[in-house]
Amino acid sequence: MKNTVKARKPVSSQSKFIFFCLLPAILMVGMFTFYPFFRGIGMAFQNYTLFDLTDIHFIGLDNFKTIFTQPQFLQALSNSFYWVFVSLIFQFVIGFILALLLKKPFKGRGVYQGFIFYSWAMSGFLIGIIWRWMLNGQIGVINDLLLKVGLIEERIGFLSDPKWSLASVIVANVWYGIAFFAIMLLAALQSIPDDLYESAGIDGANWFHKLFYVTIPYIMPTIIASTLLRVIWIFNFPDIIYAMTNGGPAGSTHILATYMMDKIMFGGDYGQAGAAGVIMIILLAMYTIFYLTATKSGKGADF
Amino acid sequence: MKHRLQSLGISLKVLFLSLFLIVMVFPLYWITITSLKPSDEIFSIPLQYWPAHITFDNFINIFNISNFHIYIMNSLIVSLTASLVVLMIAVLSAYVLARYHFKGNKQIMYAFFLTQMIPAFIGFAPLYIMMSHFGLLNKLYSLMIVYTAGLIPFCTIMLRGFFQRIPSSLEEAAMIDGCSRLSALIRVILPVMLPGIAATFIFAFVQNWNELFLSIMFIDQESSKTIPVAINGFITKFNIDWGPMSAGAVLSVIPTIIIFAFCQKMIVGGLTQGAEKG
Repeated sequence: MKNTVKARKPVSSQSKFIFFCLLPAILMVGMFTFYPFFRGIGMAFQNYTLFDLTDIHFIGLDNFKTIFTQPQFLQALSNSFYWVFVSLIFQFVIGFILALLLKKPFKGRGVYQGFIFYSWAMSGFLIGIIWRWMLNGQIGVINDLLLKVGLIEERIGFLSDPKWSLASVIVANVWYGIAFFAIMLLAALQSIPDDLYESAGIDGANWFHKLFYVTIPYIMPTIIASTLLRVIWIFNFPDIIYAMTNGGPAGSTHILATYMMDKIMFGGDYGQAGAAGVIMIILLAMYTIFYLTATKSGKGADF
Repeated sequence: MKHRLQSLGISLKVLFLSLFLIVMVFPLYWITITSLKPSDEIFSIPLQYWPAHITFDNFINIFNISNFHIYIMNSLIVSLTASLVVLMIAVLSAYVLARYHFKGNKQIMYAFFLTQMIPAFIGFAPLYIMMSHFGLLNKLYSLMIVYTAGLIPFCTIMLRGFFQRIPSSLEEAAMIDGCSRLSALIRVILPVMLPGIAATFIFAFVQNWNELFLSIMFIDQESSKTIPVAINGFITKFNIDWGPMSAGAVLSVIPTIIIFAFCQKMIVGGLTQGAEKG
């Protein structure tokens, strides 16, 4: 509020300035984000395939009915839950441990952070490619290492065996996401005032007490916000899977996001892709509302 | 007893941090090492954890078998242009959204936040149709346009946070001295904001440099391919030739890793501050 420039010039010049400053942003976002988005939703209710563009018409809920009969879609639906929640739990727990360990300054901490956070600069696509190479069933380095250590006796087709494929892409995703949580949580940890710990120490609190009664409650808002955003982000993130397996073998690693990209890029069925997209939006909206209500009541008790 | 516990804690900490460091660095190490091996060594068992003969053949090869120099240029042109344009647009919108109270301010912010939540690829098929109507398929302009539009909301949100941290007395003083609103913004505020602007630019550049799906959809012609499109082309249905692939991967990651190495503090600071504001 106090940072607002008071209107000194006549209102018309100020509102003109506001208008022209916002115009490019609104035009661009409206034309190339919101318009295609709503058009895409519209396609969910149309017969819209690239192979027959002369026959585009509304078909109601037929696309939804069709995809719900496809085993591949149903598998993508259930895979999405594993993909999101298993990834999230490991990313969060490991990221949190890392943030706790990095909280106290030590020699070389800055360099160390650089080496573990660099994945931020890489694309999900490239990370998928690298993991695809490392998890290769014949000459992959991970098979080689596991054989050397004696954990396995013969090579595993991590990406070619449907038993292992989903777990494998999740491992790569966990690897990619740890840095995000570590950065966010570390920033929050560093904002905790020291005297909170001091007074807890005077009260005789040990390390665990401090963690559960000082640290976690204090950074709860960050935990809530970052996990909420992260779930949405992982749910909408097809890049790693596209690079590693493109949903295969036999659809065992498709999530809704890759299923939809596949329908657009290779299937050319924009109607069914749109239907999958609408289902994704509904799931996201339900999740967000549920999460925000659940954490709001929890927060009321804490603060 | 307490002392012993403490030193146990420290060794556990060192152990965890070292293990984690290895896990994080190893993938980058491995793809780099692969790119430096002669092709028979790449596919031979036992695996060489350090190449017996270091060679740049894969890098030379990739420029021979493909137009990789063109892809690099295209990626640079698209990423730099789109990042600069998005910066210009987002500075204006962020400034106004941070400083002025007007009807619709909140709604615009909500709309921008919403774009960060919705699955963007729902709009990909319509975007493809739009670009083909405009005759922009296989042209770099198509990517510049969609990248710019796609990053405006996030960059606006990020820059708005930086603007809010600068006292408005600064431009008020300039305006009393007779500056117009725009020149007060450009001459007085932007210089103070330089770190924030640089962080936003770097963020935008890395995003554009790494974007995959839109470029695969829009670009199919040799002369317009960007690096991700080219690398995607190395994946054939049955096989990947890991020699050129690893070299391409290393080449594509070098610019962003260098940027990260030099600006790590700024990037991490910008990201976390943005998150706290958001």
